[in-house]
Amino acid sequence: MLNSLLRAIEKLGLSKNEIVMVSGIGCSSRISGYVDFHTLHTIHGRALAFATGVKLSRPELNLIVPMGDGDALAIGGNHFIHAARRNIDITAIVMNNRIYGMTGGQYSPLSGYGTLATTAPYTNIDQDFDVVELSIASGASFVARTTTYHVQQMADIIRKAILHKGFSVVEILSQCPTYFGRKNKAGNAVDMLESYKTNTTSIGSKAKKENPELIERGIFAQKEIPEYCNEYNKIIKKAMKGHS
Amino acid sequence: MKKNIKFVQGNEACVEAALYAGLDFFAGYPITPSTEIAEHLAYRLPRVGGKFIQMEDEIASMCAIIGASLTGNKVMTATSGPGFSLMQEALGYAIMTEIPCVIVNVQRGGPSTGLPTHMSQGDVNQVRWGTHGDHAIIALSASNHQDVFAMTVDAFNLAETYRTPVVLLFDEVIGHMRERLFMPEKGEIPLVKRLRTSVKEGVDYHPYLPREDGRLPMSDFGGVHRYNVTGLFHDMWGFPSDNQKVVHELLRHLVDKINNNVDQITKFKEFYLESAETILISYGSSARSSLHVVENLRSRGEQIGLLELQTLWPFPSHIIKEKCAKAKYVIVVEMNMGQIHQSVRGAVDRPERVFLANRIDGVFITPMDIRNVMRLIQGKGV
Amino acid sequence: MGKPKLKEHIINREWCKGCGICVHFCPKNVLELDEEEKVFAHQKENCICCRLCEFRCPDLAIEVVCEEKTARGK
Repeated sequence: MLNSLLRAIEKLGLSKNEIVMVSGIGCSSRISGYVDFHTLHTIHGRALAFATGVKLSRPELNLIVPMGDGDALAIGGNHFIHAARRNIDITAIVMNNRIYGMTGGQYSPLSGYGTLATTAPYTNIDQDFDVVELSIASGASFVARTTTYHVQQMADIIRKAILHKGFSVVEILSQCPTYFGRKNKAGNAVDMLESYKTNTTSIGSKAKKENPELIERGIFAQKEIPEYCNEYNKIIKKAMKGHS
Repeated sequence: MKKNIKFVQGNEACVEAALYAGLDFFAGYPITPSTEIAEHLAYRLPRVGGKFIQMEDEIASMCAIIGASLTGNKVMTATSGPGFSLMQEALGYAIMTEIPCVIVNVQRGGPSTGLPTHMSQGDVNQVRWGTHGDHAIIALSASNHQDVFAMTVDAFNLAETYRTPVVLLFDEVIGHMRERLFMPEKGEIPLVKRLRTSVKEGVDYHPYLPREDGRLPMSDFGGVHRYNVTGLFHDMWGFPSDNQKVVHELLRHLVDKINNNVDQITKFKEFYLESAETILISYGSSARSSLHVVENLRSRGEQIGLLELQTLWPFPSHIIKEKCAKAKYVIVVEMNMGQIHQSVRGAVDRPERVFLANRIDGVFITPMDIRNVMRLIQGKGV
Repeated sequence: MGKPKLKEHIINREWCKGCGICVHFCPKNVLELDEEEKVFAHQKENCICCRLCEFRCPDLAIEVVCEEKTARGK
């Protein structure tokens, strides 16, 4: 994921000074410590709220917010839907490994019914979110899903998400062999990547019609709607008119 | 007098002062009795090119102002009890990452939803210890609108000077009462600008390496220096560290930079303290009733005075100890179960002479209430 | 544009955690894990410079350096 992100940024030709990466807490959030951008490692679940402050105060910066599934959609769920609703120009990357990895394998809102976790020893009875549907319903103007197996697609989607003017969500199915894999007999990292190959398909493919169980990959939404910072600049013009 | 006079609520006085101090960015969430601050700033900020955003909750509001401060802006949020509780984790983050910001808490009755439209001063100790872990904090208070203005400007100045969050601890009476405010001229009150690094682009900048005077020059986030900001213990580059020396020194720095500067930070007012046998200590709106009592009794020849605290944290222990050294009675007047009373008892030589005159029913404490307690203490009956 | 030709695999042994993703998904079975569970290129000559190992590595531990050979090359 880090790999594809860096390739996407390289391809965009952005300078490192133009990129701010804001992360919360979790395995995925440590990514901000590995890159040479402006990096803001914040508190659990709140990365998007911090990013909103950075972006609105400096709209010319590119904001990238990598999050885990627990970070983005459990503790951070409220900030997620509201950032999407505002359509503020931030790229949110949800690395969905279906588990809390940093604390040792508890179920997350994306684990899904019937999975096993240290806090669901008898199987999980929580239903999961569909990140794509949730994002679209919340108003995100760019919504895509890919996996860590589909690296070319991932780099391409991240590039498009960063270019998109508005709130972008990229869900990346990511392996956690250490906890999710072991608990759920999903095998090692290789097996999990294999499963992304066999259990997913392109949006609207023939395979999906034949096997509705397959998870679709690709860009689900991409629309032009007013972006928050642009709109606020109009407010400033309106407020200043007749005042100064 | 050509002075620009306004007749405003305390919350508006706070808004005027924040704009005077150069506020660029406000994020907030509506809550009684602080909402007017957000309403006025939603109108006023864009007129001066600033930004206002209503966030989805107080947690997000606090996070957003921290983000906006980091990029080089003067920032503020305003809330009341329940919202202030929600802000505690992010407040600790601002302390740890040393990001200047101002948080207004217009107190109402608590705990929980409590008394949304009534008066209390129950958040004094929460301001001090609300966020987890060892830390220091600056909290200011005011008893009238002119002081609301002065303390608000001071809050921005202290936030920049010490790279720390500063809490303005007002209360419902101050926030909603209307009173005269003289608007200071531009330049009349000195403003502290952000201390920015002189390190050039391409040269190593250490965001967390204090200068000799303890201050840390900042570099606007998103500018020419790239660095890491984290709520983990961190080294001078901002990278996480659990090295014992690094951890020890950072915590000492966070506490010492405020506690070693109590004298520079502390503001208070004194009324008739010379030769006073009875000293009232109060702050915020309850200081108004206290002053009324003092002036009334002084006119009848009683040796009574008032020490009004404007800086609540760091607690000005030595000033209290010194001022109360000769007093027969020290009576702390506040609208809680004795939060400052406890600190005063800890500060003076003879704590058995420190008494509490309080009210905790949501009704503003009157001079009569204070007099009644005084009569009890002095053995005169009620 | 002709087929690129392999120059070398640069492997950062410190970053490699031996997850085996590159080994498994290499279309030409070029890579293998050694006894220390670190990747090495044991059949370099079969590498077609698709760089999928490089792109998939979660830890940026492998880099495929190739020479671009033109169709009309010498």
